[in-house]
Amino acid sequence: MATQTTNPPPTPPSAVRQTSVYVYEAPVRLWHWVNALAIVTLMVTGYFIGTPPVVGTGEAYNHFFFGYIRFTHFSAAMILTVAFAGRMYWAVVGNHHAKQLFVLPLWRAQWWREIFTEIRWYLFLESKPKKYHGHNPLAQLAMFMFITLGTLWMIVTGWALYAEGAGEGSWPDFFFGWLRGYVHNSQTIHTLHHLGMWWIVIFMIIHIYVAIREDIMSRQSIVSTMISGHRTFKDDDPD
Amino acid sequence: MSQAIETFYDVMRRQGITRRSFMKYCSLTAAALGLGPAFVPKIAEAMGTKPRTPVIWVHGLECTCCSESFIRSAHPLAKDVVLSMISLDYDDTLMAAAGHQAEAALMDTIEKYKGNYILAVEGNPPLNEDGMYCIIGGKPFVEQLKMAAEHAKAIISWGACASYGCVQAASPNPTRATPVHKVILDKPIIKVPGCPPIAEVMTGVITYMLTFDRLPELDRQGRPLMFYSQRIHDKCYRRPHFDAGQFVEHWDDENARKGYCLYKMGCKGPTTYNACSTVRWNEGTSFPIQSGHGCIGCSEDGFWDQGGFYNRLHTINQFGIEANADQIGTVAAGVVGTSVAAHAAISALKRAQKKSQDKAQVAQSKSENTGA
Ligand code: HEM
Ligand code: SF4
Ligand code: SF4
Repeated sequence: MATQTTNPPPTPPSAVRQTSVYVYEAPVRLWHWVNALAIVTLMVTGYFIGTPPVVGTGEAYNHFFFGYIRFTHFSAAMILTVAFAGRMYWAVVGNHHAKQLFVLPLWRAQWWREIFTEIRWYLFLESKPKKYHGHNPLAQLAMFMFITLGTLWMIVTGWALYAEGAGEGSWPDFFFGWLRGYVHNSQTIHTLHHLGMWWIVIFMIIHIYVAIREDIMSRQSIVSTMISGHRTFKDDDPD
Repeated sequence: MSQAIETFYDVMRRQGITRRSFMKYCSLTAAALGLGPAFVPKIAEAMGTKPRTPVIWVHGLECTCCSESFIRSAHPLAKDVVLSMISLDYDDTLMAAAGHQAEAALMDTIEKYKGNYILAVEGNPPLNEDGMYCIIGGKPFVEQLKMAAEHAKAIISWGACASYGCVQAASPNPTRATPVHKVILDKPIIKVPGCPPIAEVMTGVITYMLTFDRLPELDRQGRPLMFYSQRIHDKCYRRPHFDAGQFVEHWDDENARKGYCLYKMGCKGPTTYNACSTVRWNEGTSFPIQSGHGCIGCSEDGFWDQGGFYNRLHTINQFGIEANADQIGTVAAGVVGTSVAAHAAISALKRAQKKSQDKAQVAQSKSENTGA
């Protein structure tokens, strides 16, 4: 390939000086893993709410199987919701990277250009990826669409469903029941909620793959960064 | 031309109902509306002193199941009294008059009680072809509806048809059957959905309005809270089986015989607001779930267009496909998963290629260095 030959010879390993930047503050990392755990729990229990497994016969009062599945769903849902609220708060008080999930620099031409650079990198049209401290622009856009909006979607539709059981006048009804004024048949809300799960499943497949791939192929650490908070780079070249 | 309008009590006495029966009726009404015994004298007083509120009952595209249900109200007194009060004015299926006479009665009633009558609508107007799919007295029903609505105090939308459109509005809705609230925009509308609504719910709503001279408290969709604030599921007697995880899996299985929960058979109880699981039907005899069939969600918006009555997950046919959320999701996740696997394979190949190239380059530059 033409570009390949112009590449400088790789630096011998001994010459690499690993630089590191602190990007993800503790609350962001904590939220990431709590959220991941809650989502996995919600997916498994949510799937079973849609397609319930069956327990044996016998007196109904001897079993509370489906009840526990729903209870687990609702418990994880509350953790997810509180964690998301906390994460929003941290976007306000936290560092620059903490805001990335909530504010897209849509007005910056550079940001849009780099999205296309990233797309080319994933289409194998770019031989060398750019370096980023935080999320790269494409990742930022994806996280906003799937996680920020996706989680919000699940919270709004989920609590609207929860409000049906909690009843008229309850606080879930007060905060989220309005959705039923717009989406009349709550079967539709069930379906919107259910589709939201698959939206997040798709993200998870891509997210986990890309995180591992970038960890190997890009010029910066990815997976360990969400554990330690530090981004390390594999070379000293600028950007 | 002010003329004294008689009270409910007058009407009842005229029909030969004793004071004692009247008081019984008041207590029953209070109970049906979920009011305490303290309200009985209030109801009695209101009915004895207030001029009765006239009702005009019009019929659009419908099957008349609402009227059929109404005249089967469990308490005959409630039915007789309320019904006779209504048919005194206008109801083209139930009144004695017909043809021009009936139309004249309608005009009369509107003229006489301008701004004071309640308009009860059964069925809905089709709007395509200028409303020609439903003709009443030689004119499109939508015109009669608009005319009668103009001077009405409030409107009751009886049944799923008037409230949401029901079967005649089901996709693709060839006649463009349209629920009342989308045609009449400037009047308070009370929706009493169901296919049909329960008789006691209908008489209950009317009695409340006639007695207290105000609209019942409504939910976000305009349904009276006293009958539509809870789902079938919230008061279903099979609910313990739901929580236990004991479900009917086939119509002829052992679980069906044992009366387990019908959730997996597509019961729409968890998404349907109505009073069936408490009030029940036909003088409290039974209701669908009690007879072994799931709720089909007849009092919900668009209940014909949610896919099969026997599917738990609702059918989506948005983009010319017909599938449920799990089928769509599995395909989407499958496509993404396959792409990711392919991408991973190419990435690994590229990386191997680059490594060997880099090695060759390093070797080459080394040999160049030593050569120099
Ligand atoms: C990532 C987050 C979530 C996922 C993946 C998820 C998944 C699901 C799925 C697949 C269903 C079954 C839908 C159906 O009836 O077809 C469901 C039901 C439900 N979810 Fe979620 N959910 C999430 C978040 C939430 C949240 C935040 C709440 C808020 C309380 C919530 C409350 C509910 C409720 C109330 C139901 C209906 C339960 C029932 O009908 O018994 N969910 N969820
Ligand atoms: S039969 Fe229907 S309404 Fe009754 S508990 Fe089961 S799902 Fe709910
Ligand atoms: S049980 Fe459901 S379908 Fe049957 S009448 Fe009641 S609301 Fe309608």
